[in-house]
Amino acid sequence: MTEFEVLEPGLLTTIQDLGRRYHQVYGVPVSGAMDGYASRIANNLLCNDAGDAVLEITLIGPKLRFHGDSVIALAGADLAPRINGKPVETWKVLKVPANGVLTFDGPLKGTRVYQAVPGGIGTPLVMDSRSTYMGARLGGLHGRSLKQGDVLTGRTDNSLVSPIGTSVPIEHIPEILKNPQVRTLMGPQDDAFTENGISTFLSSTYTVSQLSDRVGYRLEGPAIEHKYGADILSDGIPFGAIQVSGNGQPVVLMADRGVTGGYTKIGVVITADIWKIAQALPGDQIKFVSTNYADAVKAISDWEETIGIVRDLAIADRADKIRSGSGVRIMAEGEYIEVFDDDGVQIATKENITGNSLKTRRMFKATVSDETYTFDIDIEKSA
Amino acid sequence: MNVYDKPKYLVAGDSAVVVEFGNAIDPTANNLVNQLMLNIENKRPDGVLDMVPSYRSLMIYYDPLINSFEQLVNQLKEIKGLDNDFSKREFRTVEIPTLYGGEMGPDLSFVAEHNELSIEQVIEIHSGAEYRVYMLGFSPGFPYLGGMPESIETPRLSSPRTLIPAGSVGIAEKQTGIYPNASPGGWRLIGKTPIKLFDPEAYPPALLQPGDHVKFVPIDEETFDKLKTSFNGD
Repeated sequence: MTEFEVLEPGLLTTIQDLGRRYHQVYGVPVSGAMDGYASRIANNLLCNDAGDAVLEITLIGPKLRFHGDSVIALAGADLAPRINGKPVETWKVLKVPANGVLTFDGPLKGTRVYQAVPGGIGTPLVMDSRSTYMGARLGGLHGRSLKQGDVLTGRTDNSLVSPIGTSVPIEHIPEILKNPQVRTLMGPQDDAFTENGISTFLSSTYTVSQLSDRVGYRLEGPAIEHKYGADILSDGIPFGAIQVSGNGQPVVLMADRGVTGGYTKIGVVITADIWKIAQALPGDQIKFVSTNYADAVKAISDWEETIGIVRDLAIADRADKIRSGSGVRIMAEGEYIEVFDDDGVQIATKENITGNSLKTRRMFKATVSDETYTFDIDIEKSA
Repeated sequence: MNVYDKPKYLVAGDSAVVVEFGNAIDPTANNLVNQLMLNIENKRPDGVLDMVPSYRSLMIYYDPLINSFEQLVNQLKEIKGLDNDFSKREFRTVEIPTLYGGEMGPDLSFVAEHNELSIEQVIEIHSGAEYRVYMLGFSPGFPYLGGMPESIETPRLSSPRTLIPAGSVGIAEKQTGIYPNASPGGWRLIGKTPIKLFDPEAYPPALLQPGDHVKFVPIDEETFDKLKTSFNGD
């Protein structure tokens, strides 16, 4: 297991997963990773599940000491990470030796980097999610950001992951810009704005204010004109909604947004571009560009393709790691059978092949079916 | 007109659709919202990820790679009128024991003065009405209640308090509400309930659900302390 201790917590380091679904009806915000793509890629690099919990590290990173030989993956902003003082890359599977210390020099590009550990971080589920919502002290570790002395562990053996050095191909690493164009679908209340208001919104540049956090990004720029005022009957707020209150300034509502709100929403940032807001820093210049539904959906499927590529690559690297066979043979009704794990990697062969991967991998999960039964198999070799 | 002839299906980004039934706080529109939600829970159209019911609309989060806006809307139209008639449901009435005034309700005398009533009259009016839970939002478990008598309407504080204790009962304009969690807020506080409105360990985590009816029941300090102990006994 990867286990680490917080020596310094950094500015804001929280545990997040893909968010808390099906509890908005009780008024509970979704929360989850602000940059969902980077967090999923961090998990994919380790062959974790997309919904496993990661650390969301903000601007000034923490100082973490790892107890045993450990494996982590980093994806997202470049906060200049170092392991035992030596610079390491983001978007990569990294080895941390026993007692090794992970530090961050400071932000070079972007705001949030995600650290995955094998199996995800093992804090308890609260309402089906490990995401931290500090607004009501829910989830994560006691509903708060990390502090000095906290100890966290991964949920599975390090040997289940892809090998050290597996990385995201450069062409699939998104470029974080100081002046991003953010594609937007207009509505649901764009009819509450004057023609002037809409054209101001789409032709101006908005500056990210200091008052930006996991709830929302406040932007400053030319005021957007309403027809009859900014108030509506409170209704649901989607991730990335661009709300314009009475002062005409837009706020992009993010992961910890309230479930509902009572101000007009001129547009919603498309899912594939929300990460651009999540990675923005105060002072960055945002330009909203109107797009159509088909292009927005196409952008999601492009992203999913990239995420799939990273996942396949990590799984292939892992398969290589154990290609020589696990050294396990499983007998059914007197004959050795072939067994593949849940990712399609062969873990048991008919022939007796012994591989050196015995040393790196002790646990296997597989499903075997015959005509009548399906068996879920957990195999653990004794040390 | 509070309820539209036909619901509006609004694009709310690439992964959410808003089904809007009307443009006012109205029990008929709110029943339609909850009815659609129940039907979706029963029929489970493909790709639906989450739902947010509010006064007069239901926001549905979905995966557009599974079901496009158009496909989803077509399915919603089919299941909208099926099965559950929410308006014929038996509404639960939940009693909220409330200690009015004193330290627990520092603004009770202001509410009385503002409306030219005695403190006792405010308590009588506030606890005499039956309220409907239209939606939950603002913070986990926070109920938006409709049905407060106009005679006790009071404007918000001009500058919000930085910390309002959990359980506080307040008034803001035409609304009354209960703070389930300690939080900042600008409502006029008239009392406090010792019961828990939100408990993440419980299922469901919120005491109140959309469609519930609520009655405030005045209690004295002794009862407040007794109830408080029994709710915090865990």
